[in-house]
This record gives sequence, structure tokens and C-alpha cells, in this order.
Amino acid sequence: MILDKGVATQPLDDLDRRIVVATQGGLPLVPEPYEQVAQALDSTADEVMRRMRRMLESGIIRRIGAVPNHYTLGFKGNGMTVWDVADDKVQEYGRKIGALDFVSHAYHRPRHLPEWHYNLFAMVHGRDRDEVMEKTRIIVELLGEDNRGHEVLFSSRILKKTGMRIPG
Amino acid sequence: MMDSVDRAIINRLQGGFPVSDHPYREAADHLGISEAELIQRLEQMLEKRQLSRFGPLYNAERLGGGLSLCAMSIPEEDFERVAEQVNAFSEVAHNYARDHRLNMWFVLATETPARIESVLVEIEDVTGYQVYNMPKKEEFFVGLKFEV
Repeated sequence: MILDKGVATQPLDDLDRRIVVATQGGLPLVPEPYEQVAQALDSTADEVMRRMRRMLESGIIRRIGAVPNHYTLGFKGNGMTVWDVADDKVQEYGRKIGALDFVSHAYHRPRHLPEWHYNLFAMVHGRDRDEVMEKTRIIVELLGEDNRGHEVLFSSRILKKTGMRIPG
Repeated sequence: MMDSVDRAIINRLQGGFPVSDHPYREAADHLGISEAELIQRLEQMLEKRQLSRFGPLYNAERLGGGLSLCAMSIPEEDFERVAEQVNAFSEVAHNYARDHRLNMWFVLATETPARIESVLVEIEDVTGYQVYNMPKKEEFFVGLKFEV
């Protein structure tokens, strides 16, 4: 779990940012990928690796590896489940729900009363909508009487998907 | 089709890829395949879109930018127009139609945290509808567990 508040972030310098821009779309698929990145940036592999290790340690890089595409891999039912739990229990349940193997991420978000009273979001993945509903029932059981209300929001259409990129 | 080696790559290589001179060789050794085979299989899985990416996954906020999830409630007759107007903002990274009274959900990614609020106001001005801003207060991120 990463707490955003109070985390001192070492500012990125120009070379760090250029490394981010050069690698955010992926690493080169060559035997010495960091060397190739370094050449494009007029740097050295050792320097690039040193900076990437530092970004890994500080959490700027969450992880390095394969990013699976849930949809193409057959997980076509993705439901954004939203829950209303007491504010003093949201952290406890966020951790428990976030640890479930069918939940890809869970967040505590603000309510917008009276329209929107949900404060805990969990993205549930399944092969289809029925499976998502089954998995959602597991969360219902986990919360028990502390569940003050929930909904499952399925996406009916992707209107835009460009992903996040820092400009470079 | 994916075989057991592809599945092993997906299940075991979602993190921990080495930062070293020959990282593919190291990772391939752990999987019991050759460096060339690992590279070739990654190429194929990327081509087939089974992987959306292979490399570092950056934490957007920690790069100094702003990030938020926003929702709007748009009447059906106005939906396409508003979708077009919202999507025209380069700060809108994803936008999904969802089955709910709040039927439009998008992620805003801005260069600075302060920009989030001003983009929201611009979207409200252009579309004429309210934007519900739902930036995360806390994240419960366990990560690497997606299995095929």
C-alpha cells in the first residue's frame, strides 16, 4: 500500500524525465535494453540503471515487467464496484478487499452527498458479468453488516483510451 | 494460442524484471528458456495485445502530475455531444460510458496537481454539466496477482 500524503519525493531531474519518456511505452526487446535506452539519451547504461533502481526504490516506478491486457486474455467482465463503509473502517476494508485476487485495485475516494455516498472503489475482474457479480458477493460477505450499500458499474462503452503519458 | 510458457511469462514476470546488463537472459534463466525465446514470445504477446506493455510501470502522481477520477450525469440526448467535448481535452486519459445515473467516467491526468481543478471548471463550462471530482484519498495496491 502506498500512502500519498507525506511521502517526500525526490524531484526528477532532466535525465530522469527523459528516461521516463523513453521507457513509459515499454523497454526495447533487445538483449541489452538499458544500453539501448542510454544510447538514445546520450548517457551510459550504468547511469540509466542507477536512476531506474532509484526510481524503483522510491516508488516512482511501481514495477518492471509484463503488463497484461485483461480484456484480450479473456477477462471481459470488468466491474467498478463501489461501497459505502464507515470512514473509520475504510482503510481496514480497503486493505482486505485490495488483497483479493480478483480485485486489481482499490481506492478510498470522497463521497458527494447527497448524490453519491460511496467512498470505497474496487475494480473486479471476471470472465463475464456473471462472474463479476459472483465475485462481488464475496466482498458483500466480507463486509457483512459494515456494508451500508454498494453498486456494480459496468462499462458499456470505451469512449476514449489513450493512457497516461508525460509529454516529452 | 497461449501455451504454458506464455502463461508462465505472464504469471511470473509482472514485476521483478532485472535492472542489469542482460535482464532478458536473467529472466529467461528463471523461466528455463533461452533469452532469444523470451524476447520472441514477448514480441508476439505484444503484437497480439495479450500484453499492453512490457517495461516499467510508472506511478503518475509521483512524477509530479495530477490525477483524478471524474464522473458526470448526462442525459441520453446530450451524451454524444458531451463525450466529444470531454474527449477533446488532452488531459482526459480514459473515458468510459457506464450503466448508472452517473454515466460518464473519465480519468484526468494533468502536468501539475493544480491543473485538475481548472480543467474541471473548463469541462463544466464547455459542456454545461456538473463534474463530480473523485480523486483518490488512499490507494490499496497489492498488484502482481493477475493469473492466466
